[in-house]
This record gives sequence, structure tokens and C-alpha cells, in this order.
Amino acid sequence: MNSEIRLYTISVYTENNIGLLNRISAIFQRRHINVESLNISPSEIEGVAKFTIAVKMSEESVKKIIGQIEKQVEVIKAYYHDEENTIYQISGLFKIKSELLFEEPQIQNIIKESNARIVTVNTAFFVIEKSGKKDEIVKLHEQLSVFGIMQYTRSGRVAITKDEMKISTLLESYNN
Amino acid sequence: MEAHTIKDNKTSIKATEKISGSEAIVRCLIEEDVKIIYGYPGGAIMPVYDELFKYQDKIHHVLTRHEQGATHSAQGFARISGKVGVAIATSGPGATNLITGIADAQIDSTPMVCITGQVPSHLLGSDAFQETDIVGISTPVTKWNCQVTKAADIPGALAKAFYIARSGRPGPVLVDITKDAQFEEFDFSYEKCTKIRSYNPVPKTDISSIEAAAKLMNAAKKPMIIWGQGIILSQAEEQLKALVEKAGIPAAWTILGASAIPTSHPLNVGMLGMHGNYAPNVLTNECDVLIAIGMRFDDRVTGKLDEYARQAKVIHFEIDPAEIDKNVQTEVAVLGDAKLSLEAILPLINENTHTEWHQKFKELYAIEYEKVIKNDLHPTKEGLTMGEVIKEINIQSKGNAAIVTDVGQHQMIACRYAEFNKTKSNITSGGLGTMGFGLPAAIGAKMAAPEREVVSISGDGGYQMTIQELGTIFQQKAAVKVVVLNNDFLGMVRQWQQLFFDKRYASTEMVNPNFVAIAEGYYIKAKKVTKREELAEAVAEMMASKEAYFLEVCVEKEGNVFPMVPSGASVSQIRLE
Repeated sequence: MNSEIRLYTISVYTENNIGLLNRISAIFQRRHINVESLNISPSEIEGVAKFTIAVKMSEESVKKIIGQIEKQVEVIKAYYHDEENTIYQISGLFKIKSELLFEEPQIQNIIKESNARIVTVNTAFFVIEKSGKKDEIVKLHEQLSVFGIMQYTRSGRVAITKDEMKISTLLESYNN
Repeated sequence: MEAHTIKDNKTSIKATEKISGSEAIVRCLIEEDVKIIYGYPGGAIMPVYDELFKYQDKIHHVLTRHEQGATHSAQGFARISGKVGVAIATSGPGATNLITGIADAQIDSTPMVCITGQVPSHLLGSDAFQETDIVGISTPVTKWNCQVTKAADIPGALAKAFYIARSGRPGPVLVDITKDAQFEEFDFSYEKCTKIRSYNPVPKTDISSIEAAAKLMNAAKKPMIIWGQGIILSQAEEQLKALVEKAGIPAAWTILGASAIPTSHPLNVGMLGMHGNYAPNVLTNECDVLIAIGMRFDDRVTGKLDEYARQAKVIHFEIDPAEIDKNVQTEVAVLGDAKLSLEAILPLINENTHTEWHQKFKELYAIEYEKVIKNDLHPTKEGLTMGEVIKEINIQSKGNAAIVTDVGQHQMIACRYAEFNKTKSNITSGGLGTMGFGLPAAIGAKMAAPEREVVSISGDGGYQMTIQELGTIFQQKAAVKVVVLNNDFLGMVRQWQQLFFDKRYASTEMVNPNFVAIAEGYYIKAKKVTKREELAEAVAEMMASKEAYFLEVCVEKEGNVFPMVPSGASVSQIRLE
């Protein structure tokens, strides 16, 4: 099997349960796998939560991890996809001194060219938001850091897959 | 939970009544047909003990001498009966003392429900007296766990706990219940859990995988079956025997699979793994089709994975999808319950004898007999061997005893040489290797199956890890036969030190107490044997005893267990000396 290390996005559909984050993270921790990013949100099905986990590992290992995740009683189903089959976005926020907006006109060009937007402005600072692929956020960060950034943060990925994930059908089949 | 009312207009039966959370806990146990539980009281679980006092005619609570003993007793109970074992403890140290047994039950797939008391919910997270995050601590070693802070959630949580513990691949669950939830009153009603929508305990068997497996098995020239505890857990003993006999396939077992097919069966070729039999280990690397049933390719079974059965096509019958291809790549995976899968495949299997192939097992057995078994069972040297003690127990129990072992040399010797006529006769800590498991597990086994002869066999090391449970034996009048094979060493570690650390016996020599006096201190009949000529009579006296009996046998100090697959070696590099 493929032992090449690649970036995979794991999607886990679960019951909305208080201890589940601990249970799922323990699976990674026990095997010394560093999670690149993690996002938990509601899913397309009411009452079903979705974990989106980005990890760098081999396909051989990711398959075993999926098995261990699915073994948890309150996990409905887990999938993994490579980058080609994942549509994802991450979001970056940049807090910058307000005076720079006027002193450094180039900033406005950068905002425009990168399709970022200004979320809020006040006398002390303004906040830029940029959604996109990781490289786009990283590039914007590089461009802005020349001028000085007061705060910077980047979210985990939220992802949709090209493949179908038939959770509703699956839930029905369990109920019958 | 909603109140269920009025089943019948005329009688107007109300199915609910107002009771406390603690009473509800006991009532849930009664609903689940629990008759014996093991535990230890303390502050945060006192309301439940108060109810247990009230319901003592329905549920027998066994006061162990340590919470670890409660879990191992519950495990022994579960392993011999196939039912869910129940252990109960207070918060904090009571709860943390359960962890070893829970971890043991998790890795050995033993159904167990643990109930812990917890500080009142308003104190959670405040570092209150005897507060510990037992849900957090037990998460990696439980099949499922939860914390309950409202009385109304108790029946649902316990119903789910029992269902999860016993269904699919069994395992331990823990329900942590705050003290205020135990005091709170609510409308009680109980409904057994039969389904959880996110949980598919028994994957459906795909008929095409059955057909593919049958085709491979029928075409095989040198097939070999290796079975594990899955056979016992799914009660597939008869089906396995039928398959083995029809197909004429030699079958070997993992330590937890022992006793599923009688030892004397001609196609039972013995134990796999590090201290298993010579033939099945060597021939694992010569068979053409390896049929694994209800086992998980533990490293103690496979030795070096890169050199394990590389020539063989592997068929894996397994209930847990996560086990497929985890350690060994399979050609055909048959998911599902072992009993159902074996029933389905049996009609598709051709009759065969594989006489020539079977002859190979016999030849290798003869070598093992000459080099190892003869000296273990019929020693000519002065010192007593562990093997001859097991042999004597075999003779006098006629192979009908349930053997409960601890962990170490005596465990390997007992599993190698014990004769099992009945299934569920070998209770041991396999995956976790928990020293101290044996004595309390034997108590649980004896209480679950009082009609059976239960013999606990321990080494002098592991015995002292839970020796306080002699108190439980005495108080419960549990007629457990306790054998300690004493070599004044932590024998298995010493053996490794001898073989791999140039005989540097670091902290393995034990200066032991007067074991007979300790047993007698608990008013248990006791005897010590140091000479061969005393052995048979002492074992006879032990077996004849209607009460608990303690027998210490002083065996040779530096005896080793062979064969042995050294750590990191291939199964075909198994050493006979």
C-alpha cells in the first residue's frame, strides 16, 4: 500500500457528545500523529456533528486511523480524502494599526489584489479577513508582516469533498 | 426520560414511580439480571451502598480488599459466564484503582460495567475532596464511558452501558455518577437498550467473502487455522470443531482462545506465540492458507511481522473492522460474528484430511517433546518443575477444572500443559499481562460458576500484588483452590535477564514471606510442598477440599520456559533451548 506521506483530510460524522473530542484526539496522540488542523461544526444533518481533521501521513496509516475512529461507539462514519478530492477553505485574520492604512497606501492594494476584506476599522486598528487556501493566507501574511501586524490568526480547514458521504442513508440502515 | 403510563385502560398500570437516583442504579442492575457485583464503598458512592443494603436479597455485593480486585473479579465472573461483570467504586482513588482492570478488560475484550461515584456536580472541576476526572482518565481504556449529573439520565446511561459492554466485540464501560444525581428523586422506568444509531456492533457478513474464503480453503494444500477468543465470545466452539473436522485442518490457538476445542482433540495442534508450541509456530511460516478466526495478530503471536506467514494467503474472520489489515495483510476478510460466519461457510467446505500436512505437525511435536515437554512433565532432576504441578492438577481434575492464571512463567506453563475438556476453562490476562490478575479473577469465576472446580495458579510475584484478596475468599467462603508456584524469583523477567542481559538479576530475586502462615491467617487451609513425592497427595487433598485451599509448591529456582520466540525474532526462529 501507499506509504508516501501526504496531507489527508479526515471527515468524521458523530453524535454530539461531550467526551468525543477527547476520545478522537486520544487516537492520534497514542500513535504520535500531529494534527495539522481540527475543526468541529454541525453537519448537513441535524444533530450530527462533523470533525474535519487535517493530517500528514501515509495512506496505509490513515486507513488504520479511520478504523480506530469508526470503532468509537458514537462515531457514525469517518472518511479520508487527499487534496485533489477535497474542497477546503481556511480563514486568516490580521489586526493592523489604523494609521498604516493611510501611511502605507500599498496595504490597500494588497487587500484588493488578494481579495481580502476589511472586517472592522476604528481609530486604533483595523482587521483584515482572508479566506482561501493555506498558501494564499500565508502569502498575505508575508506581504503584511513587512508593515507590522498586531495580531494574526489562522483557522483550521473547513472542507467539503467531491465524493458523496452518504450519512443519511447510513443512519437509516442502522435504524432498520 | 418520559413516564410511560397506562398500558391497559382497565388496570391503569403506571410504569413509573418516584425513587432516588441511587435506588435507580440498583434497580437498573436488577433489570439487567445482575446478581453479583464487586466493589468497595466510599464517600461519593455511599447512597448506592445504602440501597444495596436494602436490596441485598436481590444483589449480592462482594466486598473486595482493593478496587483493582473488584475489576479482576468482575472479569473472572464475565469470562467464565459470558455475562457482563460489574464493579463499583467511589470517586477519586476508588475510581483510579479500577483502571488496571478496565485496561485489562479493554485489551482482552471482556464485558464489564464499572460504576463510580463522583463528587456533587456543583463541585466538579473545583479539585474537591476525592474528585478525579475519571471519565477523562478512563477514556483511552474504555469502549465507552460517560458522566451522569442528573438522576433522570441514570436508567438511559446504564441501559446503554450494558448494551455496549456485551454487544459486538465486548469491552469495559464506565458510568460516573455524581452524588447529587444519586440523591435526586425522579420518575423511574427502565427500558433495555437494543440499538444505538451510530453503533454497528456486528457487521453484516458479506456472502461473497464467505465464498471467496471457502474457495481458498478448499484449494489449500497446507491450510492452518489459528483461533482466538472470538470463538468463545461468539459461542462458536461447535462450529469451529465442525469446520476443523470436516476440512481436516490443523488448528492452533492464541492464549485467550485456549479451551474452545478440547486439548485432546487430534486436530488441536497447540498454542501459538512466544511460548507456544513448536509445530504451529514453525508451520505458520510454511502453510499456504492461514485461516485466522476471532484473533487479532498480537505481536506475542506473530513475532517479527515482516517475516510472519509471508508465503500464506490469509483469511481473517473478525467482528471488528479495525482489526482487518491492522497487523497482517489479508487476502480475504470475513467480517461478522464468528458463529454466523462459520455456520455459513461450513456447507461450502469440502471434506479433506490433509494427512501428510498433519504428519508435519506430529513430527515437530515429537521434537518439542524430546527437547522440552519430557523434561517439563517427567523431570529427572531433583527440583520440582512447574509443568509437573500442572500435570498433577490435570490428572486429579480430569481436565475439568477452570484454570485461572496470573502472569509470567507459571502462566505460560499452565496454558501449555493444562488439559481443557470444556470451553471457558482458561481465564488469564493475555493482552495487558496484568500481574495480580489471577487471585481476584478466580474469586469472580468461582462465584459465577460455583459448580465448577476453579484453580488459581500464580507465581510468587503476581500473587503478592493482590494477596489481600485472600480476605475476600475468606469472607465470601469462595471455594477457590489457590496454587502458588514459588521459585523465589520474578521468573519471567529473570529468564530474560539470563538470556538477554548476561544473568544480571536486577531486582528479580524475591525474599518471600511464610505464605502458608499468611493463608492460615485468613483461616484458609494451607500446605507447602517442597518434594516431588509430596506433590500428588497435596494436590489430592486440595482437590478434595470443599473449601478454599492454599497450596504452595516450591519449584526449581531458575527454570526456564521453552520453546521461546525471542522478542523481535520470527516465529520460525523459535528456540527449543
